[in-house]
This record gives sequence, C-alpha cells and structure tokens, in this order.
Amino acid sequence: MNVPENLHYTEEHEWISVSDNIITVGITDYAQGELGDVVYVELPEEGEEFAQMDTFGTIEAVKAVSDLFSPVSGKVVKINSALADSPEIINKDPYGDGWMIQIELENKSELDQLLNAEQYKEKIS
Amino acid sequence: MQIKKTALYEQHQHLGGKIVDFAGYYMPVQYSGIINEHQRVRKSVGMFDVSHMGEFVISGDKAFDFLQYITINDVSKLVVNRAQYTAMCKEDGGMIDDLILYRRENDYLMIVNASNIDKDWQWVYDHCIDGVELHNRSDELSLIAVQGPKAEATLEKLTDEDLSAIDFYWSAIGRLADVDMTIARTGYTGEPGFELLIANPDAESVWKAIMDAGAEFDIAAAGLGARDTLRLEMGYCLYGNDIDETTHPLEAGLGWITKLKKGDFIGRQAIAEAKEKGLERKLVGFEVKEKNVPRHGFRILHSGVAIGYVTSGSYSPMLEHNIGMGYVDIDHKKEGTPIDIEIRNRSVAATVVKPPFYKPQK
Repeated sequence: MNVPENLHYTEEHEWISVSDNIITVGITDYAQGELGDVVYVELPEEGEEFAQMDTFGTIEAVKAVSDLFSPVSGKVVKINSALADSPEIINKDPYGDGWMIQIELENKSELDQLLNAEQYKEKIS
Repeated sequence: MQIKKTALYEQHQHLGGKIVDFAGYYMPVQYSGIINEHQRVRKSVGMFDVSHMGEFVISGDKAFDFLQYITINDVSKLVVNRAQYTAMCKEDGGMIDDLILYRRENDYLMIVNASNIDKDWQWVYDHCIDGVELHNRSDELSLIAVQGPKAEATLEKLTDEDLSAIDFYWSAIGRLADVDMTIARTGYTGEPGFELLIANPDAESVWKAIMDAGAEFDIAAAGLGARDTLRLEMGYCLYGNDIDETTHPLEAGLGWITKLKKGDFIGRQAIAEAKEKGLERKLVGFEVKEKNVPRHGFRILHSGVAIGYVTSGSYSPMLEHNIGMGYVDIDHKKEGTPIDIEIRNRSVAATVVKPPFYKPQK
C-alpha cells in the first residue's frame, strides 16, 4: 500500500500536502482501492469555506459512496476541475493528478491533529 | 455462522480478487476493477465463480407434480435438457426466490440464490410430497459462468461437444477440459455464454483450463461487482434488491413466467386476485441525467411527492451514465415519465425507460 512519508492524513482517508499556507487534499491509495472505480466526485465551489472535518464533497464509486472531509478549516482556493470529466484519475494517480481541492489554511495548529504516514499505515494495516 | 469458501477460493486469491463475505461465502467482488471486467465481458469474454449459488436435485415419480405446484412457471413445457427461469412464491404471492429449473434425463435441478439456500431448502422440504426425493447438493457442486461474445470460442477449444447445438436455455451433459459436467447456455449478463456445473474437486482444473484457453481473447476473471452491473444493464431482477417476499411477480414485471392458467400452484390465488384488482405499483427502469448514482432504498419522487423507491442503481459502464430500477405507483410507470430520485436530500431528475438499458451487440 502506497503511503507517502511526506504527507499528512486524516482518519477518514484523506491525504494532505502543505505548501506555506495552502494545503492540497485528496484521498489515499488505500481509499481509492477500497472504493473501487470512481465514477463521480462532487466538489465544492472555489471560495466556499469549511470548518475542520466538515463534509466538503462526495465521492461515488460503482459500488459505494463516501463523504469527503475537510482536514482543516479554511477557504477553498482551487478545485481540480479535470475530475469532472475524468474521475477515474483518482484511481490511477490518487496522490498526483487525482488531487481534489486546495484550501487556504486559517490555523496552522490544526495540522497537528492529523496523522503522519506511520500512524496512517498503522490505521489501515 | 461460519463463512464458506468455494472450491475456487485459492484461484480468487491468486488472481488478486478483493474478497468479501457475500451471503455467507467468501466471494470476489472484483479483481482488476468492476468497469474493466464489465467491459471485457461485453466485448470479449469473462469468467465468474458463482459456486455460492445453491443446487437442489428433485427426483421421483411425483417430481413433476411437486414442481408444478411450488413454482410459478409451467413445468410441463420443460422437456429433457431444457432450462426455465421461474420462481417460488408464498401463499400471498410474495416471492420466496427466483431460480432456474433444469430438466435432466432422470431428475430436475433447481439453481437458487446463495442468500436463500437455507430458506428455499426449508420451503421445498416442508412442501415435499410422497413420491418426491430431495437432495441439497449446494456444498458439492461448483458453478462457473463463462460469458461474452467470445465465450463459445473459448470453450470450444476445450471440448468435442458441439456447443453451437446447445440453444439458449438448453443444456447438455458433456466433457469439457477433461471433466464431465452439465453445460448450459444460460447466464445473467445478457451476453452469449454458458454456465458449467461441475463437481467441486474438478472446479479448479476447469477454471484454469478456461483461463488458458481464453488468454487469446483477453479473458477476464470477473467478480460479483461486474455481475451486478451487467445484470442491471439488462434489467434483470436481483433477489433481495428488486424482488423479495414483499413483492409479487406481476408487479416485478415477471408476468411472463407466471402461468396462472397452468393449474393450481402456491401463490396462484393471491397473484390472480392482484391481477384482477389491477396492479398498484410496477417495477420500472429509469435513467438519471446527473452524475449522482441512485442506490437501493432511495426515494422516487414526482412533483415532490414520494411515489416509490429505488431497488437497484448503478453507473452503467457501457452507457456511461447512471441507471436504475425501482417500484413506482402504477400511474407513473409509463416510458418517458419524468421522475426525481432523492439523492442525499437533493432531487435528481430521471426518466422512466423500458429495460434492457443496453442491447448486447450481435
């Protein structure tokens, strides 16, 4: 199972990469494998604001549906619009082209509540 | 309850199948991915382990009378080697199970849903009459479905039997991959194909031989996930989703297997009365315009008022949009009727259509 060392994780299988005050969010390799073929992702609009662990979207696979959770509080500054026509990117490249949204971080200390790679690996083992 | 493994369990593991507990069996829900497996069945050939299905053998002088009384289709039409899609109903017309009944040289074989094996067995046992012998062979037999436009070409390489002589819903006893088996031209995908009934000890060697023979056609091992999306594209009912003990066959669109004039059978009176009175609801197909996937249990609305519920729903890999089936009040059953599906507190527009949603290529 691919769990990159340099990312943060949530209990709900989102990954988070941090670059200054902008974080990028997607779902983990484990999550895409459990969901199976992704057929639709419902993402928020740019500019929408979420509190930590609010539902920011929904992911639909052939056999399952799951909510997506905002790992931090903040404003959505960018969404991955390529997913609208090609949601299968999430299965193919969950940590790269399959990213979902970018959020402007309000409170850096919220990152401390996330899991590191070791902790996430333990959770899914 | 202990979860059972089919004789092909190790093959599923070997092929990287994602194993789930389905109806008390460890079964592969997918290997390479549902959409890929689905497309390969439609375009070439796929192989499914459906050994979790139950098999009952019914024999004896009174086997015909017994089956005519506990099933809803007309068993008198069933000549030797013929198969028949049918169902068992309760007195009130609610469906115990849907099944395929095969007539063989000296007996009948019933193939029933895995989730209903115990219930069905109890039902046939309780209604058994003198002159009928029942044997539950569910734990002794494996069932392999080989489905798709290249199914026949794949199996032809492994047998001297003339497979082209077996018509749709007919079967033959034959030798294939050096194993004696029942070869039936039946399936649950809408594609041409066969189902092979094999003694458990032989299942693995047959599976491997078919995998090798199908390699040139890019054969796929296909799991229960693809089996479900394939059957839904055809509008076939799935027990536990679209039909159950609270639905009767006419409202489920199974009037074509309900032979009210064949003589008495369990459920006949209730079904005839329901027909007389006029149906209150009907199982229909629908297509969804938006990308949200309709799923079992979601409400169906018309002008904001609930008129039914979704029984099956999925993304269709061939049509590349969402499809489903559900019961609606009889006034809304007509093709083209605009309906809404309530998906997570939102109304999503849909249209009633007549299944099959997808027509297999000739």
